[in-house]
Amino acid sequence: MKRQTGDGGWSPYFAGALLGLLAIASVYATTYYLGKTSYLGASTTFVRAAGIIEKTVALEHVTENEYFTKTKIKVDWQFMLVLGIFLGAFISSTTEKSFKMESVPPTWEDRFGPSIAKRAIGAFFGGIVAMVGARMADGCPSGHGLSGMMQLSVSALVALPIFFVSAVLVANIVYRRRS
Amino acid sequence: MSTEQLLGLVTGVVFGFLLQKGRVLRFDKQINAMLLKDMTIFKFMLSSILVGMVGILLLSDLEIIQLSHKPMNVGAIVIGGALFGIGWAIMGFCPGTSIGALGEGRWHAVFAILGMIVGAAIYAELFPFFKSTVLSWKDFGKIGLPEVIDVSHWIIVPIFWSGILALFFWFEKKRL
Repeated sequence: MKRQTGDGGWSPYFAGALLGLLAIASVYATTYYLGKTSYLGASTTFVRAAGIIEKTVALEHVTENEYFTKTKIKVDWQFMLVLGIFLGAFISSTTEKSFKMESVPPTWEDRFGPSIAKRAIGAFFGGIVAMVGARMADGCPSGHGLSGMMQLSVSALVALPIFFVSAVLVANIVYRRRS
Repeated sequence: MSTEQLLGLVTGVVFGFLLQKGRVLRFDKQINAMLLKDMTIFKFMLSSILVGMVGILLLSDLEIIQLSHKPMNVGAIVIGGALFGIGWAIMGFCPGTSIGALGEGRWHAVFAILGMIVGAAIYAELFPFFKSTVLSWKDFGKIGLPEVIDVSHWIIVPIFWSGILALFFWFEKKRL
């Protein structure tokens, strides 16, 4: 098995297996240092970010909101984890010189042209729908897809296939060229 | 910075580093996975699940860590999961990879991140409505597959591994 891919990356099997080791180390470390097992996840942080931003303009509204109260608006372990993802990707891409400013990705451009506005609208509204779904399902491909699957959670075993089937159907409608 | 925050940051840096090295952050990789043309994302996710599963279930057996299942709430998982898939296909990132993609310079991920923050705020506003509808239909609670089918996870794990390894061989044979 090749460890390197054609574009200078690592084999996805190798990088994925290392992420599995990180997940194990992380549940151990959070239990040991923080007294409570925490699992890799990302989407709850978007609720906290929304709460922190809304608090600056409507403090009472946030403190009275049931969902924000339940989620506890603070910069916690997962919030820093998500910021860390940004830093880790930045360090990795700049050191191997694959960091690239991209405003419209090639696959999008093939289908919708080079307009940044179109891409921005797609990303923004796609983001809204995805996050409403992720909060309803209580997880995303990190929380359900990785952490839930590793624990053999029934919710993850149902959610992950639904994420993919729905995404495959929509992507085939949106990005397949009618030629 | 508290110990909690520092630990999160360090873990996140390694997480982001591996996501970038695995080439799973890119819009084109995500969309081509959905178009079933490039299996990188599947290889990456499934490899991490195979490895992580063994260690986490073992640590749980030894009572060193605790499992934390998310609730199997039928309406929430089915409708929320389907909505997530729709949004994922259009924005081309999931929540974690959007942040990583920004770190790689793919700055259009900013629009996806803003959309997701707005989406989270909308969900917080609509929560009372969802709680009395979708979320109240049927909740099986926080359950794991081994308890449900009453089979040891050490029987399920090898079956899972065999199935996924067979899938990997098929991917390589088909050069996906």
